[in-house]
Amino acid sequence: MKEFFAMGGYAFFVWTSYGIVAFVMIANVFVAKMKCKRIFKELRELSEEA
Amino acid sequence: MMQFIHKYGSPKYFYQWSKGWQRWLTVITLLLLGYGLYQGLFVAPTDYQQGESYRIIFIHVPAAWMSMFVYMSMAVSGIVALVWRIKVAEIVIGECAVIGASFTALALITGMLWGKPMWGTYWVWDARLTSELVLLFLYFGVIALHSAFENPRTGARAAAILAIVGIINIPIIKYSVEWWSTLHQPATVAKFDKPSMHMSMLIPLLVMAFAFKTYFLALLFSRTRSEVLAREKNTSWVKEIMEQES
Repeated sequence: MKEFFAMGGYAFFVWTSYGIVAFVMIANVFVAKMKCKRIFKELRELSEEA
Repeated sequence: MMQFIHKYGSPKYFYQWSKGWQRWLTVITLLLLGYGLYQGLFVAPTDYQQGESYRIIFIHVPAAWMSMFVYMSMAVSGIVALVWRIKVAEIVIGECAVIGASFTALALITGMLWGKPMWGTYWVWDARLTSELVLLFLYFGVIALHSAFENPRTGARAAAILAIVGIINIPIIKYSVEWWSTLHQPATVAKFDKPSMHMSMLIPLLVMAFAFKTYFLALLFSRTRSEVLAREKNTSWVKEIMEQES
């Protein structure tokens, strides 16, 4: 296991790459979910006004 | 063809058919990512020249392919938006630009992190690296134009024109490694001979590439659906949906 995380001495480069990619891809999904929520909230307020 | 585009591109119909697609694409993405990461990180053997650092390519190459694939999707919806004035296509331009910019940034960053141990430098003004950076700025330009006008439909048309003109950069990126042989190595997979890569490494790479593709589509559907609702908020079909919800 320790060997796996060490990545043959390239741990910094490999794990930073994977970390940044994971972060950006998850953040993209999160932002899309927030956007969906926000718009539904806005629409609900609109339909309550009417 | 015309009928097809108008039917599937009508905001109401798009909103209905994309829902199931988005769900299935999400499931497929998770399965592919799980399999691809397992194969890429645990099963694929160590490279005899690059050691373990080559494992970065399992995310770098898919991200770089996606940076171009998303661009082409954006340019095609630009053409659809300009020629047929399809509202959904106008929205897709803007959503593609945001997703494409993030893939391009990821391709550049992971490339730098691979380049440092392998080439000895994070950055050089190599043809491939420079044209990929130009792609990032093209995406920024499309995002800026798309939201620069009071009327979002005008903005979408302006952005569509920039997206279409910018297609010129795509073959430049693709062939940069052949036209100018500077530092970045030529293609190992996307070429006419058979890929010069062992199956144990090629399979995880292709699985990851496919996972990134379905990820993009699922995210694109999600973002576009939200935007469609927001733009169509005063129409009767959106009001009907809201009544069913409550």
